[in-house]
Amino acid sequence: MSASAWRNRGHVAYGAFIIHRLSGLALTLFLPVHFLVLGQALSGEAALDVSLRWTQAPLVQTSEIALVFLLAAHLTGGLRLLFVEFVGWRSEAQKMLIASAGGVAAFCALVFALNLL
Amino acid sequence: MSARAETRLWLAQRASAAVLALCVAVHLATMIAAVRGGLTAAEMLGRTRGSIAWAAFYGVFVLAVSIHAPIGLRTVASEWLGWRGRSADVACTIVGVALLALGARAILAVTR
Amino acid sequence: MSTLAVSVWRGGRDGRFQTFMVPRLDAQTVLDVVTHIQRRLDPTLAYRFACRVGMCGSCSMTVNGEPRWTCRTHVANVERNGKLEIAPLAHLPIVRDLVTDMREFFDKWARARGQFQPTKTRRDDVARVAPSSAGRLAIDAAIECIGCGVCYAACDVVAWNPDYLGPAALNRAWTLTNDVRDGAGRARLAAVAGDAGCHACHTHESCSERCPKHLAPTASIAGLKRATALAALRGEL
Repeated sequence: MSASAWRNRGHVAYGAFIIHRLSGLALTLFLPVHFLVLGQALSGEAALDVSLRWTQAPLVQTSEIALVFLLAAHLTGGLRLLFVEFVGWRSEAQKMLIASAGGVAAFCALVFALNLL
Repeated sequence: MSARAETRLWLAQRASAAVLALCVAVHLATMIAAVRGGLTAAEMLGRTRGSIAWAAFYGVFVLAVSIHAPIGLRTVASEWLGWRGRSADVACTIVGVALLALGARAILAVTR
Repeated sequence: MSTLAVSVWRGGRDGRFQTFMVPRLDAQTVLDVVTHIQRRLDPTLAYRFACRVGMCGSCSMTVNGEPRWTCRTHVANVERNGKLEIAPLAHLPIVRDLVTDMREFFDKWARARGQFQPTKTRRDDVARVAPSSAGRLAIDAAIECIGCGVCYAACDVVAWNPDYLGPAALNRAWTLTNDVRDGAGRARLAAVAGDAGCHACHTHESCSERCPKHLAPTASIAGLKRATALAALRGEL
């Protein structure tokens, strides 16, 4: 009806949902590529190395770091959901859970990036 | 699909999520520890080749993902594309089977 | 005296916003603004209210994109540079202007079996329920819902999934699921399970964020997920 409808979504838990859903989609799109690259090893070590050489490119490295973040974020966000759904709801803890989930995911991506570069 | 079947689907997604929580934690730790300034085939295969343990681990991982991802896709297709019903269910099942097949092939490739 | 530029939705689904200039007063609520427009500027404006003191929930509307009780919304808290935007509650058919057709909201309440099913007669003893029992505490946390529709309007799954029963209906079903006096247990769990029920909730928490009574339908729906999962595993669903 109007653009201000977006204001209704401006709270942390909604952001957590968007990250969770988009990361899930991105990972699902990435997986077949990942499996196909690994499958190169069927043709021998050299064939796999050809594919892995692509991963030296800066654009690919940035994507890898992003993927690690998305994987970690999907994991931590998912753990939060499992907690809310199976353990229970603690209203005071909600925002803290989301913040921790984001923090842990960012930390994983950061450590990976530091090792990679 | 009946409410009971949909409930079972939800349960399968949550159960596979719990399994994946463990698998992904191990996978993340492995990646962070193993990838130093890039990764060569020799480095990776040196760890996984001939390893029953890694084959078993990745086997569980691939199976769980093949259950988890399609159910998630089904929900996204329904809510964001308005794609529901039999054809959507079939499409998601095909995605699951494809992931399982490609994943199994990848495991074979790196562990044999 | 300063004025407010108020954009008000007119017409049905294919209507448009119409701007009115309204005197800005101290301690003014959005309902005051709507009332002023209808009484002084345009008597054809259609809107709902009843108690005007935050008890009935009839005056729920979308203010600057967020569903709220207009009688309890001070203009000072929502105006933006002397501007306000008022629209009908989202996700419901518009009757006219700011009035929505709430039948679907209440039909879903019924579909979720949100009604108490008695198991005793007047000849039986009154049920004894300890106020501190887990079931009663769960009910108490969720029972104050007055069916205002704000959570339903706030929920994106309601927009994306036309069959979704919605936070209010599911919240009520949860209170009945926890009621030891109620006899509809299995049928109710079957009614709230599946893609149209509790399993469609993605914990956006918009409902809990916007509920004017500070209830948490998210928590109630999570409870229903546990209850239906248990029933499914036991073959009772």
